[in-house]
This record gives sequence, C-alpha cells and structure tokens, in this order.
Amino acid sequence: MVVMILGILLGVAIIAFLIGRARALTVAGEQISSLHSRPSYHGGYLAIFSTVPAFILSLLWAAFSKRFIESSVLGNFSNQLSSFDVLQVQTFLRDVRTLAANQANDASQVILSTQGEVRELAQEAAGLYASQLSSANNLLSVLVVFLVLAGFVFGYRRIKVEKRNRHFVEKFITLILVACSAVAILTTIGIVFSLIFESIRFFQKVPFFDFLFGYHWSPQSAFESAGGTSLADDNSRIFGAIPLFVGTFLITFIAISIAAPLGLMSAIYMSDYASLNFRSIAKPVMEILAGIPTVVYGFFAALTVAPAIRGWGEAIGLSVSSESALAAGVVMGIMIIPFVMSLSDDVINSVPQTLRDGSYAMGATKSETIRRVVLPAALPGIVSALLLAVSRAVGETMIVVMAAGLAANLTINPLEAVTTVTVQIVTLLVGDQEFDSAKTLAAFALGLVLFVITLCLNVFALRVVQKYKEQYD
Amino acid sequence: MTDTTNTYVKTASLEERRSLQKKRYASERKFKYLGLGAILVSLGFLVMLLMTIVGNGIPAFTYNYVKLPIDLTKVDPEKPEKANYGKFVKSAIADAIPYMSDRKGKRLARGLVSGGAAIDVRNQVVGDVSMAGQNADVEVPVSDFADLYLKGLTAKPILTKPDAAIKVSDVEGDVDVTLSAAVFDEFLARVKETISSEASRLNTRMANLQLSLDNQREIAANSQDTLAVESAKKSITSLEAQLAGFKTKFDALIVRRNNTAAREVLDTSMPSLLLKVGGGVVKITEVEGMSAKGEVIIPLEQKEASAGEWQMQEILEAEENRKFSDKEVAVVDRLVAEGRIENRLNTIFFKKGASREPELAGIWGAVVGSFFTMIITLALSFPLGVAAAIYLEEFAPKNKFTSIIEVNINNLAAVPSIVFGLLGLAVFLNFFELPRSAPLVGGMVLALMTLPTIIIASRAALKAVPPSIREAALGVGASKIQAVFHHVLPLAMPGILTGTIIGMAQALGETAPLLMIGMVAFVVDVPAGIFDPATVLPVQIYMWADFPEPGFQQKTAAAIMVLLGFLILMNAIAVLLRKKFERRW
Repeated sequence: MVVMILGILLGVAIIAFLIGRARALTVAGEQISSLHSRPSYHGGYLAIFSTVPAFILSLLWAAFSKRFIESSVLGNFSNQLSSFDVLQVQTFLRDVRTLAANQANDASQVILSTQGEVRELAQEAAGLYASQLSSANNLLSVLVVFLVLAGFVFGYRRIKVEKRNRHFVEKFITLILVACSAVAILTTIGIVFSLIFESIRFFQKVPFFDFLFGYHWSPQSAFESAGGTSLADDNSRIFGAIPLFVGTFLITFIAISIAAPLGLMSAIYMSDYASLNFRSIAKPVMEILAGIPTVVYGFFAALTVAPAIRGWGEAIGLSVSSESALAAGVVMGIMIIPFVMSLSDDVINSVPQTLRDGSYAMGATKSETIRRVVLPAALPGIVSALLLAVSRAVGETMIVVMAAGLAANLTINPLEAVTTVTVQIVTLLVGDQEFDSAKTLAAFALGLVLFVITLCLNVFALRVVQKYKEQYD
Repeated sequence: MTDTTNTYVKTASLEERRSLQKKRYASERKFKYLGLGAILVSLGFLVMLLMTIVGNGIPAFTYNYVKLPIDLTKVDPEKPEKANYGKFVKSAIADAIPYMSDRKGKRLARGLVSGGAAIDVRNQVVGDVSMAGQNADVEVPVSDFADLYLKGLTAKPILTKPDAAIKVSDVEGDVDVTLSAAVFDEFLARVKETISSEASRLNTRMANLQLSLDNQREIAANSQDTLAVESAKKSITSLEAQLAGFKTKFDALIVRRNNTAAREVLDTSMPSLLLKVGGGVVKITEVEGMSAKGEVIIPLEQKEASAGEWQMQEILEAEENRKFSDKEVAVVDRLVAEGRIENRLNTIFFKKGASREPELAGIWGAVVGSFFTMIITLALSFPLGVAAAIYLEEFAPKNKFTSIIEVNINNLAAVPSIVFGLLGLAVFLNFFELPRSAPLVGGMVLALMTLPTIIIASRAALKAVPPSIREAALGVGASKIQAVFHHVLPLAMPGILTGTIIGMAQALGETAPLLMIGMVAFVVDVPAGIFDPATVLPVQIYMWADFPEPGFQQKTAAAIMVLLGFLILMNAIAVLLRKKFERRW
C-alpha cells in the first residue's frame, strides 16, 4: 500500500513540477525576465507543496499504523488473552497476521502454530484485524488525496511574478542535504541504542560481572540445564566471556605478529628502495590483496592453511587441532598485510625529504637513515596504523567463523581451537531464534563489547597521531 | 647517536674503519633484501591463495554428462510433463550397463547417474516436444563422485601395459590369474610400503591420543571444576576405546609387515589392482609375483591375452578411504570407452539456484540475490552519500555540529561490519518488522555500511575541484546551490563514481552483516523481487564451504572465481573511469 502511494507521489511530483513551470511562464507572459525566480523553481515549489506533506504522512503511517492496529485488536480480546504470557501473545499475533493475509483462501487450510480454541479466537481476531487494516488504508488514501490537493492549490496560488520561490526551494534543498548528513549520526545512534538496549535486557538475566569475568562459556546449554538449578544461577555460570576474549586476543596477536613486520618492511621497501617500475606493479597487486572478500580468505584458511599446519604439526609429532588458532591467525595476518602496508606507506612518505637528505649528508647509509631518522619521525603514524590493524583484526568475522573453532577453550596454545567474540555472535544469531532468550541477547552484549573495543582503538589511534605528530612545516 | 660518534672518531684506525664500513654496507644490503623479502612473501601468499581457488574452481566449470538411450515412446507430446521419467531413466541405465545385472549391481549403476536426472530429462523433453514419442539419446549429468573421478580428483588410476601374457581361469565369478612374467612384483612392493607407512601413521596418532588421554586423566584427577571433571571423564572413556581400536589395527599391520611371504591379501585398506583383460575387468584380491586370485567385475569375452593387449590399473588410494569403489571405477571406464561420457560446460552451475546435491547446485539464485541487494544499496547510499558530502564540503559552517558529523563518519568507517548486522537485526527486522532474508533489508544494511566510504570519496572529489570554478559561477550571478549543482558537481562526478564503485565492490564481497539478518536461509528458488527470501554470492560461498560433500569444494572455489570476476570488473571500471576523466587543474 505505502509503496504504491510513494510511487504515485513520485508521478504527482513530476506533473506538479511541469504544471508549476508552465504556470510561471503564463504568469510572466511576454516578459520572462520579470520573474524573480526561474520557471523551474516555481515548478519545484509546486512539486514540494503537493507531495512532501503526503509523503511524510505515508512514511509515519508505514512505521506506526500496524503497531496501532495490532494493539487495538489485542485490546479487544484482552479478556480472552489475559492468561497468555508474552511469547504466547506473540504467536497469537503472528497467526492473526497470517490469517488476515490469507483472507481470500479457506481459513482452515492456513497453516498455524496454534490449534483448537486459540485458533478460533485467532480467526475471529483476524476478521477484526483485516477490517481495521482496510479501513485504515482507506483513511490513508483519503488523507493523502486531501493533502496533495490542498498542497497543490496552496502552491499554485503562490506562483506569482514577484514571489521569491527560488529561496524557498534552495532552503528546502539545503534542508535535505543536512538531513542526509544526519543519517550518519542516526546510524551511530541506532547502533549504540540497539546494542545498549538489548545488552541491558541481557544483563537483567545475567549479572554484568559474571558475563565480563566468567570463565565458562557454553550458551548451548542455556535450555537443557534450565530444569535443574534455578535459572539465574545457571545463566551466570554459562555466560562467562573470558574464554572468548582470550581467544580473540590470541588470534589477533598471531595476525598482528605476521602483518606488522611484513607490512612495515614492505612499506619501507616500497617508499625508499623500490624503483618506479617495481612500485607501479607491486602497489596494484597489493591492492588486489586488499580487495579480496574475507569469505575467500576464510575458504583459503579452512581448505589449505589449516590442513597444512595440521600436517606439519603431525610430522613433528605435535597434536594440532584442525581448527587451530594458528591457521585462522595466519590467514587473518595475510589479510591485514596490505592494510598495514598502505597506512604505513602514507606515513613514511609524509616524512619530509629534508630529514633524509640531512641524514645522508652526515654519511649515513639508507638503512641507517630509515632506522634512525625516518622511523622515529613516523612512529606515531605507525603506531596508529598498527592500532587500526588490531581493530580490524578484532572485528573480522568470516575468517574466524570458517577457520576457528566453536568451543570456548580457555587456552593460549595456538595449536588448539579457540573461539572469538565475532564467531559467537554469528553462532548465537544464525538459524532459528526467538528474540528474547538470553542466548540471542548475549550476542548483543558481545556486540557492544566489540563496538566499544574497536571504537576505543580507533579514537586512541587518532589521538596518538594528533598528540605526537611532529610538525615540520 | 651523539655519544657513539665521539668514541669512534677518537679510536678508529683506518683498518677498523674499513671493516666497520664493510659491516655497515652488509647491514644495508640485509635491510634492503629484508624489505624485498617481505613484499615477495606477501605476493607469494596472494599467488598461493589464487592458485588454491583457481585450481579447485576450474574443474567445476565443466561437468560430465552420460548419454543414455531413453525410450520416450510412451510420452504424450500433448502433456510431456506428466510422464514417469524416473522409470524411463531407470530402465535406460539398465540398458546402457547390462553387465551389472544383479540387484546390487543395478543399484550401483543407478548411483552413477545424478539423482536429478529424471527432472533434467523432463525439462529437456518439455523444452523440445519433438523428442516425445521416440527413442532418443539424452544426455544427463553423472553423479558428483563419478564426475570427480572423471576429472581425476578421486581414485586416480595409474594405467600400465605389462610386458607379459595373461591367462584367466574363467569369464566370471572368482578366478585365478596366471602371468608369463613376474610383473606384479612392483605392485607388491608398493603394497608393503603402504602397510609400513600406515603402521607408522597409526603409531603417531596413538602417541597423540595417549598424550591427550594423560592430559584428561590429570584434569579428572586434579580439577576443582565439577563440569570439567565430568567432561574429562567422558572423553577418557571415548579416548580409551579409540586407542584400543587403533592398537588392534596396528598389531595386525605389524604382523603383515613382518610376514615375508610373497603372497599378499588386498583388503579395502590396501591399494586396488584392476586388470582389463579381453573386454572385461578383474579385481585382484590376492597377489603374488606371477599369479593372483581375483573376482570378475565385468564379464570377460576372452580368457587369454598376450603382452601389450591387456592393462593393469592401479589405484593407490585405499578403497575404504574413498567414496568411489573399484566396481564404479570399472563401470565408468567402460562407459568412457563406449563414448557415452561427454565433458562440457556446466550449464546447471550458471542457471540454477541452491541445492543440497552438488551436481544440481548453481549460483544463479545467489547472483540474482546479489544483484537486487546491490540495487538497493546503490539506490540508498549513492544519493545519501553524495548529498552528505556536498553539505559537509560546500555548505556546512565550521561549528560543533559539523565536526561531530565528521568525527562520526570517520569512526563509522572503522566499525566492524558485523555490528551493522546487529543494527539491521535490531532496528530493521525487530523494530520495523521488515521481512527476514530479503534483499531489501540486506541492501539497507550494506548501504549504511558503505555510506562512510562514499562520503569520504565524494568529499575528496569535491575538494579537488578548484575554487575558481565556484567563484566564476558565483561571479556571473548563480546562487550557491546553482554553483554547486550546475558546475562543481558535474566536474566532481567521475571521482564520486569511482569512490562509489569501490564502495559497492566492498559491499558485494561483504558477508558477516548479511548472516545476522537471515540471508543464510536455504533458498532454492531464484528470487523474483526485493521482498523475496534470497541469498547473495558471498553467503552462498560461506554455506557451500561448510558442506561436507567434496563436490561442493569445487563449487565453492568456482563461485569464488565468479565473485572475484565481478569484483575485478567493477575495479577495472573504476580505474578506467579515473583514467578517462581525471583532470589536473
């Protein structure tokens, strides 16, 4: 319904624009230059007035009408539903919606999750729901038509020679531009609020400190063990996130200890040693490495690297898990190399040539210059690059989902399987789920931890650069 | 640095300085090669990655089809979709492989043809009704393991033509084989080798098991945590059972290795030896230098063959370790010899949606899903991103609000993608109750994720337009909006488009946030619109990578090649755009 209205409004806007422009030309008559604003601004003016109010109304309607109707239907049946808990009411509502959507078909054919009396009740409610929905839609159509007509008449009467419609249209455009840049802020607010709200609900079920400092993580047993001891006790025992943090740290550490030396040395060679020809080939190739989707790295890790590491381990008599932290860490390191390289390349290039020249003039070799002059000068930038790389590694998902383990072992042995924060978020949320269980809410708590850690790393990285950057100009 | 120079001026003689210089130059070279080495290692990783993908992926682009003489006389041309094609295919298989006549053999023969063959035949007949009512040679896909064998990816055979005459005691059943020369000796040596390598492999595994067993025993004895003790006890029992099983196997192998008698029994844990003699196949069960015992798989026409007229087929991979038995090898080889097998472009892979059967799975559903998702992403992120960039670069006053937006956009660019997935789940699915698994929601999430990339790139492009353009426009009486939209924006467009394409390429390869909003659903149908449940290419890759069937491994790599192909195409367009429209002011 709303999609259709939006399409119609788009057509209305085009027609109104054309009418407005034509009207402006008629009003001006022979002397077009007597118009304050050019005709197309009058067209835009009319289009704005005839469509924007109706557009806003339809958006609000789309967002809230269903909720409103549902609560009114539930209100009508509140007596019968008084014995239901939240989950049952949700199921009931889902059935009502399914039934209402399938009104044309025979009601007894529709597959529902409830049976018997409740089913009959749902059918009754569905009738009410459908009738309310259709009357709501009728009301919306009437309102939209009214707003379009009223806006059109209002705007049409204001197309006059001396009217400064350009100012209005330009203000409107600026407003839209501001609104678009606010989307970025809205996204952040959305992230923060959705994470915090769900996390608060999680922490009502599992104490905050038990989550952050618990040693045992096995959310799969959240339901099996619910029968035995009391629920709160149990949840606080199985949602201890320390093993995940240690696993994340371990894999990140392995990744950085591969990516940092390789990326940094590559950047040094690229900026100070490589010939122009070499650079013009190697740079794009490194960009290819950076552009490969992480799911491809994950496949590579699971298919090639993990079995290879396992094979080498067995050859020298070590028992290596087939989902070892080492495999995931190594591949993640490979993924981050170009990231570290391009960031430190920028930093090293921004060290002024005069510093190098000064060092050469003192008789230092190239490597001495790099080690004792260029790198110390570029240090804040390099530290910041490494921090950003750590933040990338911590938040990386697909490689670890495909190559690291699921079981939360508390170990720092890189040959064993560990699990990470991102892996657990994916495992908790993929597949069938009801939204209110501690299991799914735990994913949001983990997401919050992840968001806070990466945010801190990014902000800290920026601060390092700002605070310790040497000014040469 | 200052203190070192002092000492060295005082004390160094010419000799010492020379040696010091040598050292410094050596370290200079070392440093340089270290840098070069780092780059080469990184490039080596890239090559390794691409080789893994291409090596695994290439075979999946073709598939083997078997030509079956199917009796379609009973099909009504008016209603070709109504006939029982399963039955037709079944009898056609029996006709094509008559030498597999007992029940077990028939089942084996049917297993060599894809389970989707009947549907495939039906579609072919419905597409070309003239086939109905007559006998037709129809090509249907073989099973995935037969395909792997034909591509040399499982049960790889070694064929030799031994220099000896052969005599087989009978044309079918259990037979004795006698040779005129001891050509089996070489094979026997290989069998012995297999036995001892198998034994040493078992030995290492036993040692590893013993280690973890000791470990678990220690936990069971000393740990305070009751949960840990319980799980340790469980694993102790299973480990002990495993260890005992290995021990028996190991002992048996040692006995066989030490047995110096030349005769060796070939069970399923040993390499296989098939003899292709006189139009049939004999599978060897016991072997000695010049004679052997065997079992006829495909009946022989002649009992004798002279040197060079028969073939020995060795398969070193033990039969129990592969999913393609010796009998199947023999039958497929026979079909190849009869010219019934054809390897051609795998059209199913490009035309079909997902399936649990590797030979019936295709990427078209995922490609269409990716297309819809990208359309939504582009439609949202491009206008939003460009508008935001224009405001921030051209109109925004320097105040707190704009600086907050700027910091915010930079931070948003570094937020892990999975967090955007959580946002989509909480806001789009649970709050606005949009449909799960739909390209609409996927596109919205990816749009939010690519927004910072597009804003940053667009701002850089706008900044690169020199101020003289704006001033000239303002000078002839344009308003600020007119100056930007009529003059600055068109000049910045190539840069903006380049940034957008790069952002879209990122979005096309993104997987994690889409897992959160349910795009992992197993969707067989090709989606028809943005509200239909769908999956996208990278998610399809993730799902296939998880499937245990080896056929899917090739499919996954092939799908990755398709994805990388799209990405390279997009990046190439971006580079071309930049080259073509790049202007230096």
